[in-house]
Amino acid sequence: MTTDMKQVYAYPDALTEVEMRYCPGCTHGTAHRLVAEVIDELGIKDRTVTLATVGCSVYAYEYFDTDAVQCSHGRAPAVATGIKRVQPDTIVFAYQGDGDLASIGMAEIVHAAARGENFTVIFLNNAVYGMTQGQMAPTTLLGQKTTTSPRGRTAPEAGFPIRVCELLDTLDGPAFLAREALSTPPHVRNAKRAIKRAFETQVAGLGFSLVELLSTCPTWWGMTPLEAIKHVDEQMTKCYPIAVFRDRLAAQEGEQSAESAPGEGE
Amino acid sequence: MSETQRTREFITGNEATARGAIAGGCRYFFGYPITPQNKIPEYMSAHLPEVGGVFLQAESEVAAINMVYGASAAGARVMTTSSSPGISLMQEGLSYMIGSELPCVLVNMVRGGPGLGNIGPAQSDYWLATRGCGHGDGQCITLTPNSVQELHDFTARAFEIADRYRNPTMVLADAILANMMEPCDVLPPTEMPPADRPYAVGPHGQERERNIVNSLWVDFDEMEEVNLRIQERYRQAAEEITDWEEYGSDEPEVLVCAYGISSRVCESAVDEAGKAGVQARLVRPKTVFPFPSEPIAKWAEQAKCAVVVEASMGQFVEDVRLAVEGRCPVELVGHAGGNIPAVSEVVARILEMTS
Amino acid sequence: MREEIFLGGLGGQGVLLGGQMMARAGMDAGLNVSWFPIYSPEVRGGSTTCTIVITDGRVGSPICERPETMILMDPVAANTFAPQVAEGGLLVLNSSMIEQPPGHEDCETLWVPANDIAVEIGNERTVNMVMIGAWAGRTSALSIEGIAEALQHMLPERHHKHMPANIAALERGAEIGAESRQPGG
Ligand SMILES: Cc1ncc(C[n+]2csc(CCOP(=O)(O)OP(=O)(O)O)c2C)c(N)n1
Ligand code: SF4
Ligand SMILES: [Mg+2]
Repeated sequence: MTTDMKQVYAYPDALTEVEMRYCPGCTHGTAHRLVAEVIDELGIKDRTVTLATVGCSVYAYEYFDTDAVQCSHGRAPAVATGIKRVQPDTIVFAYQGDGDLASIGMAEIVHAAARGENFTVIFLNNAVYGMTQGQMAPTTLLGQKTTTSPRGRTAPEAGFPIRVCELLDTLDGPAFLAREALSTPPHVRNAKRAIKRAFETQVAGLGFSLVELLSTCPTWWGMTPLEAIKHVDEQMTKCYPIAVFRDRLAAQEGEQSAESAPGEGE
Repeated sequence: MSETQRTREFITGNEATARGAIAGGCRYFFGYPITPQNKIPEYMSAHLPEVGGVFLQAESEVAAINMVYGASAAGARVMTTSSSPGISLMQEGLSYMIGSELPCVLVNMVRGGPGLGNIGPAQSDYWLATRGCGHGDGQCITLTPNSVQELHDFTARAFEIADRYRNPTMVLADAILANMMEPCDVLPPTEMPPADRPYAVGPHGQERERNIVNSLWVDFDEMEEVNLRIQERYRQAAEEITDWEEYGSDEPEVLVCAYGISSRVCESAVDEAGKAGVQARLVRPKTVFPFPSEPIAKWAEQAKCAVVVEASMGQFVEDVRLAVEGRCPVELVGHAGGNIPAVSEVVARILEMTS
Repeated sequence: MREEIFLGGLGGQGVLLGGQMMARAGMDAGLNVSWFPIYSPEVRGGSTTCTIVITDGRVGSPICERPETMILMDPVAANTFAPQVAEGGLLVLNSSMIEQPPGHEDCETLWVPANDIAVEIGNERTVNMVMIGAWAGRTSALSIEGIAEALQHMLPERHHKHMPANIAALERGAEIGAESRQPGG
């Protein structure tokens, strides 16, 4: 009976059975699943190394069923560089939060990108420090209240939000740069497509790839999961527009230029 | 500080620390979040502006300590707080501050390590404080409170000490002291003291020569002279601010040494050992740099043995051994990784050593 | 006098606030106190516990290996921690949620149907108050008025409307505790 049924949905092979420790409604879990599906689809699980960083996703090494290295706060791009220089054919991805990547690790990410280092970064932007209890992040929106901006972030006190993709887009090194949102199903589908593209870029040896995922933190935003998803779509995307900024794989394949690539128009 | 206007409150060690700082005249805070001390920056972000101060979350601990360096060079009473991995990152900045003879206050709520470790209590940054502080000959003057009240008082006082010896001053505590609540007689915020830093940079018209804050001395003799000056201040500090507390029997068979949270465990252990018929005396340093060698040497002369208790694998014990100088055997009860020695274990070791 | 009390329960059962309130009441009564929290490594969803010392001497260690009293509010906390109660100590157990008497032979157990009472009172968040009230009624270590005053101090203004329910819960608990007192026990 089941023989003529096609399997359309299954638990990804690249995820372990370990129960994830994220809060209800947190999209870290969504991001994990998308990355795992991509690893499965590309058949690279056995030669992938996961770099866990410091943030709520610190236990990524328990969730991804791959080899893994746990890195100090912000330094994963340097660790990735070390691994790739020793083992160029190993697929390496760093899973970094906004505090990890855009605050303490800003030097490492910029230089790895500028070198065009051939690894992939999954960048979870939830505009807050989740793990340490909701402090301001470099990506915190103006006006957003956090535990260290109790009156709301103001530019004179704490400066402006950092747009990582746009910043890296000024460099020649990156081969793939995209921003997607983990909100509604169409956005999530686009996010997966971008993640796949990023890994394909690495497999093709084209250089540095990064996908920024606008993500929720219902716990420290003080919102319900649904409100948080709405907040991503309505507020975060205003500051952080969804776009594919760079896609050298497409250029190589002779496809259309980056402007009409996934993300927009769906 | 206005001693008379204290109010009794029931607060956490973190809050006591933050309020101690404001009472000590701190008006500038630069820091980066890390558990278990996040409530300090959170308190500062809410309350420093109320007293005309500035709170800024830095992009990293490396940046934070250098913001502190700048603020101190500009004459401010300034502080940063962190926990072990963050203090590791501050080492270079501290070395520059020591070399440039600049004061600041930092608080380390030590957690389990090495590496990312965990957020449990530990005392394994003893060397980081008393031997570390980056490269070169220099240390942090290091205060070791063992209660919420002392966290408050020592932090307030640290600003004065840092200024007096022109050296970074560290309050060394742990995750338990940070999170526990106890009664605390809280000092009111003090008025900002006038900046009395003749060496600070800033607008000065024709009133003085120009000031240069610097730790680069290419001439070996000049560099050595800076070192001698720093060491002379450490010697002065040893004379003036070395501090400890003693507890227990005047005729001890066993000397017990511990600081911070472990000394609380030892107080109970000294009582228990007494009930079991063994007299013990606890010497607990309130400063570990400068180190109270004298009382330790004195009691070691009399005791049969010394038991050193610390939540690390044997750091503090080395200073005790240096003070004891072979007068009696020294035994370590150490734990690591978020565990702290238990009263029963300390008592058992005391009894074992005297049987 | 030295009371070492351990509280354990689920996140949301008011373990931490309850413990703070007890320690604060001790402070207001002129005693030396400490309150020390442990969040289990599973920060979200695991047991929440705290230890309180109330004494007229020095507090010494704020951590107790074998607390004399354990107030346990859910089965997970009961199974995990009850065996650590001191010999001859007291277990105050929430019978609305805990079925099996855990721990060892040599301790006293006070069963308190805390959730049921809280529901009767009309405020399900007063489970901790019923439990703590029962302990106070049993031991007379702190007065119910003192505990209620401490709570008033600790609660933000906007929650003061819940004070009557909390006081009722403390009192109902205290009755159960007082009734359970055996002469000479
Ligand atoms: C050197 C150092 N500083 C600070 C910390 C504390 N810390 C842990 S996670 C974190 C921030 C995490 O925020 P983010 O990267 O945005 O991840 P999220 O939890 O939001 O997913 C910080 C500051 C640390 N572990 N190491
Ligand atoms: S704190 Fe925020 S980012 Fe972390 S798991 Fe919870 S919802 Fe997700
Ligand atoms: Mg984040």
